[in-house]
Amino acid sequence: MALPSYAGPIERVWYYAYRLICAAIFFFLIVPILVIIPLSFNAEPYFTFTPEMLSFKASGYSLRWYQDIVNNEQWLHSIKNSFIIGIAATLLATAFGTVAALGLSRADLPFKRLLMAVLISPMIVPLIISAAAMFFFYSAPFGSDFALTHTYAGVILAHAALGTPFVVITVTATLVGFDKNLIRASSSLGADSVTIFFKVIMPLILPGVISGALFAFVTSFDEVVVVLFMAGFEQRTIPRQMWAGIREQISPTILAVATLLICLSTVLLATIELLRRRNERLRGVTY
Amino acid sequence: MAQMTDTAGPVMTTADGTPLKQALARATRRSKIRAFLLVAPLLLFILVTFIIPIFDMLSRSVSNPEVQEAIPETAALLADWDGQGLPSEDVFASMAKELSKKENRREIGRMAARLNFEDSGFRSLLNKTQRRIDRVKEGPYKDALIAIDKDWGETRVWKIIQLMSPPTTLSYYLNALDRTYDQDGNVVMQPDWKQIYVQLFLKTIYVSLGVTVACLILAYPISYLLATLPPSRGNLLLILVLLPFWTSLLVRTTSWIVLLQTNGVINDTLVWLGVISDENRITMIYNMTGTVIAMTHILMPFMVLPLYSVMKTISPSYLRAARSLGANPLVAFVRVYMPQTVPGVGAGSILVFILAIGYYITPALVGGQDGQLISNFIAYHMQKSLNWGLAAALGTILLAGVLAMYWLYDRIVGIDNMKLG
Repeated sequence: MALPSYAGPIERVWYYAYRLICAAIFFFLIVPILVIIPLSFNAEPYFTFTPEMLSFKASGYSLRWYQDIVNNEQWLHSIKNSFIIGIAATLLATAFGTVAALGLSRADLPFKRLLMAVLISPMIVPLIISAAAMFFFYSAPFGSDFALTHTYAGVILAHAALGTPFVVITVTATLVGFDKNLIRASSSLGADSVTIFFKVIMPLILPGVISGALFAFVTSFDEVVVVLFMAGFEQRTIPRQMWAGIREQISPTILAVATLLICLSTVLLATIELLRRRNERLRGVTY
Repeated sequence: MAQMTDTAGPVMTTADGTPLKQALARATRRSKIRAFLLVAPLLLFILVTFIIPIFDMLSRSVSNPEVQEAIPETAALLADWDGQGLPSEDVFASMAKELSKKENRREIGRMAARLNFEDSGFRSLLNKTQRRIDRVKEGPYKDALIAIDKDWGETRVWKIIQLMSPPTTLSYYLNALDRTYDQDGNVVMQPDWKQIYVQLFLKTIYVSLGVTVACLILAYPISYLLATLPPSRGNLLLILVLLPFWTSLLVRTTSWIVLLQTNGVINDTLVWLGVISDENRITMIYNMTGTVIAMTHILMPFMVLPLYSVMKTISPSYLRAARSLGANPLVAFVRVYMPQTVPGVGAGSILVFILAIGYYITPALVGGQDGQLISNFIAYHMQKSLNWGLAAALGTILLAGVLAMYWLYDRIVGIDNMKLG
């Protein structure tokens, strides 16, 4: 989008003004996230830059809030919970979602649109409604006394349900470029369907499966509405603990946790990007 | 014609002798079943963990078993009452009998809670009556009950019990739309001080529209920049959009609290710059402003990504052609480029609007008193007031709205074109 040589003076001014506007919008997008990182090293229990910090004195900075996480039983417990729930929900969502995507990408599946609509509905329904509905139902499934609220199983099932649409969508998208003749070839060579799945299909769609799994993991890892309604004190996750922190006892420990989460999301973003590029390369799409 | 070929020529068969047509039909059927069997486990999983709960919520929004379960005989007798004056002695007698049953305690407690949603005097009325009912040994029960609490002598009280007797009710929906039943069972508006939900729905829609427009205005220029820059630099800038997208919601909400609060970074900077004095710090958070700013920031990537993917497919030569035909840059952009981005604008706007309308976390944390939206009240009725029926009714209305939006989205862009970035 370089400035064309025939551009007049007004166009020249506009060109730079436009770039400035864009820079301001990017600033708006990214600064709120970056501002947290230096503040998490604050030596004082404030949510703002102290004079010491602004003059870059070493005394203005400290790792005390990070130590706070390590020494705090509740935070450690919530970190453990987030990973337990996240990984369990991801495994469930990925297993169900991948197999379903194989079925959905077959041309001869009856009622395809209806099935697709049902399967991605957890993504469509606003979270507050899903959470409310699941809470009502899980507190007494089918009128029984077997409550799933305040259990790990309940939270994991709910998160798995919320994560499956992402797996279904990414894996179905990967399967669009999948050459069906490979299946025919391997089955004519005597492979049974389990072998075909693990030796032929899986290696090719793996990038899609992994990025779907990452989406499902992030959905669970970042989810707080279901946890608010469904989880007891025992099942508190990181976002739930942050929620409590913001509402009740606000301390820069939250900023330290937030910084760690930003690092995690950077890693996830990089992974997804690499997978997407690999997938496009495999399918011969380049840019 | 087909029959002629059948009789005339030899029937084509597979190796084991079945006619080819039959074998093909069987193979297609098997393949269909196999495809369905692959989808079946997830379908079952989603049905049990998600779809059934949603329908459970729908049924909860009309379900009304409490009065029936607590005082079944009185409810049956009341059904025949004409609603004039007071019910007959029989009704009072059966009410007294059923309220004195000890094994009914739990049901009566639930009924008291249920009736209290309709009229806030019921809990104390029923508790008081239950405590003193044992002293009443014999009739006339009408006078005895009225002696316990004079409310029993009011037509209105009996009328509400009669209205709440059927096992299903629309009263939660009426409440969700600021309406209620009057003495005679007609639908009327709630008293002024209780009219909140219609206002709240409207406010939620306005805020969502505002956030959508703000997102569009901010996202359009940068999407255009991203789509027209050379890929290497464009992808680098795209990270600035994707990083917020992937960052935890709670983190982004926290950072807005850090930035906007009275002793926060922005106010400190403004004071330091001398723009405002230390006493006149601006209140930007715990009100509607905070909610709108934070929601715009959080939802903007959902606008940029569909816009970007549409803009990337638009060839720059159209703009050049328009320019070479004599259009000035503005006309060329507005009349040639912008119409081509309409699918992206539609997709992004509907996506952001739908996400905004069901937003809970951000308004709850940065919204303060006046920044609360409909979802905050759903949560309030679930956790605090425990009026689950009303929460379900509000949720159902919201869900209906969102599904209507999705139907629109499907018509405009197609659900299958959903981009995740």
